Amino acid sequence: MAFATALRCRECSREYPLEPMNICEWCFGPCEVVYDYEAIRKQISRKSIEAGPLTVWRYRDLLPVGDGPVVDLHAGYTPLLKADNLGRMLGLDNLYLKNDCVNPTYSFKDRVVTVAATIARQMGFDTLACASTGNLAGAVAAHAAKAGMKAYVFIPADLEKVKVVGAAIYGPTVVAVNGSYDDVNRLCSEVADNYRWAFVNVNIRPYYAEGSKTLGYEVVEQLGWRAPDHAIVPVASGSLLTKVWKGMNEFKDLGLISEVKTRMHMVQPLGCSPVVTAHAEGVMSVKPVKPNTIAKSLAIGNPADGYYALKVLKESHGTATAVTDPEVIEGIHLLARTEGIFAETAAGVVISGLRKLAQSGAIGKHDLTVAYITGNGLKTQEVVEDSVKTWPVQPTLASFRHALAAHGHA
Amino acid sequence: MKQKVKFTFPPKLVQEPVIYKLGVDFHVVTNIRRADVDDTQGWVVLELEGTQRDIKRGLDWVREKGVRVDPVSGDVVEG
Ligand SMILES: Cc1ncc(COP(=O)(O)O)c(C=O)c1O
Ligand SMILES: [Zn+2]
Repeated sequence: MAFATALRCRECSREYPLEPMNICEWCFGPCEVVYDYEAIRKQISRKSIEAGPLTVWRYRDLLPVGDGPVVDLHAGYTPLLKADNLGRMLGLDNLYLKNDCVNPTYSFKDRVVTVAATIARQMGFDTLACASTGNLAGAVAAHAAKAGMKAYVFIPADLEKVKVVGAAIYGPTVVAVNGSYDDVNRLCSEVADNYRWAFVNVNIRPYYAEGSKTLGYEVVEQLGWRAPDHAIVPVASGSLLTKVWKGMNEFKDLGLISEVKTRMHMVQPLGCSPVVTAHAEGVMSVKPVKPNTIAKSLAIGNPADGYYALKVLKESHGTATAVTDPEVIEGIHLLARTEGIFAETAAGVVISGLRKLAQSGAIGKHDLTVAYITGNGLKTQEVVEDSVKTWPVQPTLASFRHALAAHGHA
Repeated sequence: MKQKVKFTFPPKLVQEPVIYKLGVDFHVVTNIRRADVDDTQGWVVLELEGTQRDIKRGLDWVREKGVRVDPVSGDVVEG
């Protein structure tokens, strides 16, 4: 049974049928999916969810797809790990990491794309498309392969090889756009207007974005049906943060949990921190910036959901923190060394942001805290290449002993 | 053709009739849908209608003036 009923403009509240569109025809505001929560309430329970598959599809009643098969690579239901070592270093007793590195294509984007691919196929599209600097491209290409759909992924021509391979391997058409970031962006928004494709983050965006709610649901469920005191979320477009909050509050409204007192903390890399800047200035309109950061997965200079993310911070008494590129790298190292998780730059932003929040006292020692680790470090190895060291030795015991002594390990 | 765009004005340009001039000098019909402008800064979401050539010339001129022009739905390229 499908419970989505309409699309609704977030600005003027006009409603539209569930079709591929993302912008209100009247005011050009963004559209969001509306559900029949009364009907969902009758259907859903902790039990019914717990009996579901160990993927995002255990929350199917709260996702905007119709009946029938889904495009499923097993996205979601990733581990929530108690981080005692990192917690000890930061002075936090109750720290958890939501490890979304272990999704099918190694980032949380599988959650949004499994929903987007499913609805795209149900709407009769035969082509899935996106413009991406890495994570989204891989997720789209893989899900298209699984769905038997054609795929076009647009990438900037200077993208690192490992990210190109990580998408190309699934057999999409990879279009390498020769131009500045703004050129790529402009071209892709025109392409989306001119071809009848399911462009996951353009005409399918309202459906796609709902997939991120599952990062709210899962954490609540994995904590034993309660919302954390703090959530630390990396922000690019602002969609993920907004949807984690929405997901937790839907659980409350459906009576699955009694309260949500979570403070939502946003983190961005300093070289692309338009939403953090707006928060610091106390304004609700986000001024676009030209991104300049190693955290490429967060490099959105004109974030579509920046305003809504700021609203969530207000509602939840959250904070906004920016971290420098060197701090991003420190964060990646710290996470790997304390918890054995090699995550990408977005997680470096999260961990360094978390450290600042712990130091400033914004997060208390005993508070139940969840940091979202959203992508795998194997994709951004180039940023840590220079900071890992090896010992060169000859294949002799003497040479090895010499190295031991030289490094003070003897 | 029609094109949806968002203009972001830097402080010094808020007082200039950029949108008016798009119509008069470049024959681009402008239709404002949403805006948030005060005397120091602001953005306007609008639809442009005209020939492809006129729209391109008009937008090039707007950018040259220092106004940032973006697709209405924010950045399309994601991480
Ligand atoms: C690894 C990673 N984390 C976080 C984000 C932020 O997501 P959003 O654009 O929803 O703010 C992205 C993508 O944009 C990402 O690739
Ligand atoms: Zn509207």
